[in-house]
Amino acid sequence: MLERTQYLTKLYGQPDSWTLAAYERAGGYRAVRKAIALSREALVDELKKAHIRGRGGAGFDCGTKMSFMPKEVKRPHYLVVNADEGEPGTFKDRSIMELNPHSLVEGCIIGAHAIGAQVAYIYVRDELHLAKARLNDAINEARAKGYLGARGMGTGAPIEIHVHTGAGAYICGEETSLLNSLEGRRGEPRLKPPFPAQAGAFGCPTTVNNVETIATLPTAIEMGGDAFSKLSALHHFGDGGVRLFGISGHVKRPGLYECKVGLTLRELIYDLGGGILDDRGLLGVIPGGSSCPVHRPDEIVNVPNDPRFEPYNGKSILDLPLGVDTFRAVGGMLGTCCAIVLSDAVDPVMALHNLMAFYKHESCGQCTPCREGCGWIMRILDKVVAGTATMDELDRIADIASDITGNTICAFGDGAAQPALAFVKRYRKNFEDYVMTGGKSQTRQLTP
Amino acid sequence: MAFALSEDREREFSAILSRYPNKMAACIPVLHLCQEANGNWISQEVIEFVAARLDLGTAHVKGVVTFYSLFNESPPGKHQVWVCRTLSCALRGSGQLLEHCEKKLGVHLGGTTADGKITLRTAECLASCGTAPVMQVDRTYHENLTVESVDRILDTLRRD
Repeated sequence: MLERTQYLTKLYGQPDSWTLAAYERAGGYRAVRKAIALSREALVDELKKAHIRGRGGAGFDCGTKMSFMPKEVKRPHYLVVNADEGEPGTFKDRSIMELNPHSLVEGCIIGAHAIGAQVAYIYVRDELHLAKARLNDAINEARAKGYLGARGMGTGAPIEIHVHTGAGAYICGEETSLLNSLEGRRGEPRLKPPFPAQAGAFGCPTTVNNVETIATLPTAIEMGGDAFSKLSALHHFGDGGVRLFGISGHVKRPGLYECKVGLTLRELIYDLGGGILDDRGLLGVIPGGSSCPVHRPDEIVNVPNDPRFEPYNGKSILDLPLGVDTFRAVGGMLGTCCAIVLSDAVDPVMALHNLMAFYKHESCGQCTPCREGCGWIMRILDKVVAGTATMDELDRIADIASDITGNTICAFGDGAAQPALAFVKRYRKNFEDYVMTGGKSQTRQLTP
Repeated sequence: MAFALSEDREREFSAILSRYPNKMAACIPVLHLCQEANGNWISQEVIEFVAARLDLGTAHVKGVVTFYSLFNESPPGKHQVWVCRTLSCALRGSGQLLEHCEKKLGVHLGGTTADGKITLRTAECLASCGTAPVMQVDRTYHENLTVESVDRILDTLRRD
């Protein structure tokens, strides 16, 4: 099924890929003319047919999300693009903003039209200075051409895009905390309901989408929703089109690859990634950002009672196509589709220790189970690494993680609990060895 | 002396305000603007200035400053260096690079060199995992780092 494509990435590598001239040479800003000729309803229907599952990690269908916006525009509607990329392992949105920013600008105009918005905010994390500069340049070029401004695309309706900058907080990638941050507040998540489509930015109806999701809209509209969806091997799962696949960690060719949806982890690791560094064995792989559970290569797919899984049942998890619903069905998570590969040189206890330090640092502190729980797990892991933990405490990691899950305002809590649960369960022996030998038997290595 | 913005930055301040339906939303971009004007840190005077200009309470502004990791509450060195410590970079040796930086600069993590030139910190995932290990120096990313390239970068900073 390995089929590389070049829709979002066709300009990558060209010396002026971020300019309007290069984008239009490659056929850019044609789709938006098609889109604004459609009514809002017809455009949203077209997007639903494209089956673009949200590329930010949750995998919610983009067209469906846009259909939640009120039909009548009584107050301003806002489109907010989540460019707070910071999920460990994920590095795809940054490339779009740096190398193909006009796809995001064009996508914003299409998305704004679909939800009846006249203003779009792109929330970029502060560290991405080059991305912000390229986006601002692209917005200025589009404004000078009349694509943005008081009479955007010559329609007579105003459309404006603003880049908003964060200030260092992973939690602001959560949509409601992003909205608080956009409004000039501490980036603490909000209770839902109300959902953003009812009361989002500045109390007005808002749709929040990931960068790659919005940058995909021009391709989907240009091809037609149905044709775009059918590019995917998982069209029958309602998971359409093409997307960016990233791979990092212990592979020979880490990087970003655009492929049809339905690529397998084996293809990503061994064909695109060139195989494991130093030709070592594979310890495990985290399929889409660190909040997804880690998988061992000896894990076997078993989803009975669903005929769609017949071709994969009994096979390794590495041969299951990467899709939102395929990985959900096996108790995993696709996330952002940017995999982290751990070779057998890695001590999985140290890998979890590294990740939990991240979650402890980034928990916003609003909900007690997450704020305290991440710290408690970290403290136990410190003891495990020091060789002073007990078997009882190993079990307590799972207890604490389970108590975080589902008991917090936002999904960060689950995202922090999942890696802890999966690592302790799937590499139990390594954790026990630390306890049994007082931490003497392990390599403590993360590098080969 | 009370904190104030230069004419250029006052123009930037007005441009920021024009992007939002209310003044509060300008809080984070304006704090960035002021931090840059104030030697890369947010003093009590800056908090009072931002609060007054945006019609916010100082407690609100202070709350925002303390929430986000990129607002400095004390003056950093002339150059700020962040080494990414999260998993993808750690798998590619960022732990060893960090130790190397500490030894070479003679500072502990979070510290500033005696000549005030460099503040060394870690960052959580910088969204550059495919080109790990990575560090950010002021506004620039340096990717696919080796001990040699880190040495070159730090030497340049020390001479500046």
